[in-house]
Amino acid sequence: MFNIEKYSKVKSVSEAVSLLEKNPRARLIAGGTDVLIRLREGEEDYTELIDIHDLAELMDIQKRENGDISMGAGVTFSQVMENAIIKESIPVIAQAAGTIGGPQVRNVATIGGNICNGAISADSAAALFVLDAVLEIERVNGARELPVREFYLGPGRVALEHGDVLKAIIVKQENYAGYGANYYKYAMRNAMDIATIGCAATCKLDGEVIEELKIAFTVAAPKPMRAQTAEDGARGKRVTDENIEKIAALVMEDLNPRDSWRASKNFRLQVIRILAKRVITAAIEDAGVQR
Amino acid sequence: MRETISFVVNGEHYSKNIDVRLSLLELLREEGLTSVKHGCGVGECGACTVLIDNTPIDSCMYLAVWVDGKTIRTVEGEIKDGKISQVQQSYIDAGAVQCGYCTPGFIMTSTAFVEKHKGQNVDRDEIRKEHAGNLCRCTGYETIICAVESCLKD
Repeated sequence: MFNIEKYSKVKSVSEAVSLLEKNPRARLIAGGTDVLIRLREGEEDYTELIDIHDLAELMDIQKRENGDISMGAGVTFSQVMENAIIKESIPVIAQAAGTIGGPQVRNVATIGGNICNGAISADSAAALFVLDAVLEIERVNGARELPVREFYLGPGRVALEHGDVLKAIIVKQENYAGYGANYYKYAMRNAMDIATIGCAATCKLDGEVIEELKIAFTVAAPKPMRAQTAEDGARGKRVTDENIEKIAALVMEDLNPRDSWRASKNFRLQVIRILAKRVITAAIEDAGVQR
Repeated sequence: MRETISFVVNGEHYSKNIDVRLSLLELLREEGLTSVKHGCGVGECGACTVLIDNTPIDSCMYLAVWVDGKTIRTVEGEIKDGKISQVQQSYIDAGAVQCGYCTPGFIMTSTAFVEKHKGQNVDRDEIRKEHAGNLCRCTGYETIICAVESCLKD
């Protein structure tokens, strides 16, 4: 039995927002794959729950008339992997979703939960970063939008205030149309593991010249990060082995991996170097240039 | 804190007033469905796998109240008219059972997999990937994969 002291099942996001407003101790539970584990471990912060599990309002995936794609925060990773719109337009999200946990976890864990818990290893984060996703956050006085790059504040900390509910994740057409993309999760095991380093990239080419490269890493800094210096260095460069080496070498300018029991700093640096090259190359190939 | 929920387990309708603090694992075991095993309790090992609306989930980290309106399948319900299912028989034929603790969870994962991919050409990697949420500490994976493969062929 979980140590739940207060529990309310809500029927809408607005009901969740108003209940959160009334109770400063209340927390949201969606898929439960994090919250229930924490409860089981006896964490007292999670004993008063507002349940948004299976809330239809949060489970919609649609392409808007302007081509932007909106994913409800309560969509599970399995739904992300199987959704036709996502597979067609932003397959890098489906690719990242497929690396999370195992099948049973992916069948209940939600994409919103994956970023709201602030884990620096979140597999969906790197993909959302390179797609410049925008978060739709609901609160008592209305909704606001926040770029995902401004969402993470530090390990386990995100820019949500008490009373905020992440409603949807938006990927604008200008950030996926014409881009190739790739995600690679380096972990010790192929399943049921947390990333040692995660890396995603999107790339837009003009013939054999890189028009725009976006590259992001997880577990390579105190929060998921874009490697801005490498991105700037890539602009206008021809696709050659030498240039890819040079761009990949620049990613370290913006990263600062740490030692932990999972991996040493030096090992992570090595993985970052290898992944940068591998993922940039794969994104370029996906954009249409055979290497 | 109690809630009344209705659900179906192995074809049988239930309407129960339950404590909201219960996991689905606890609810099912209290109902006598002890094929559902308590392994790690944190969604790593898959011993507690059941199908909810034909999708495998870890019942240890799933609130019992969430099954309201849903259909649950456990190994107990896979026996029809005194006959075990094709997946169960194939596990026996392949020798895919050692100590047996992980077996009911594996059987449910395999059952969902076989129903989804019946008649398709599925490689062993795909079978492994879709069974990655179930651990067998007797390391009987090879025979389990053979069992699943044989079900897809028939």
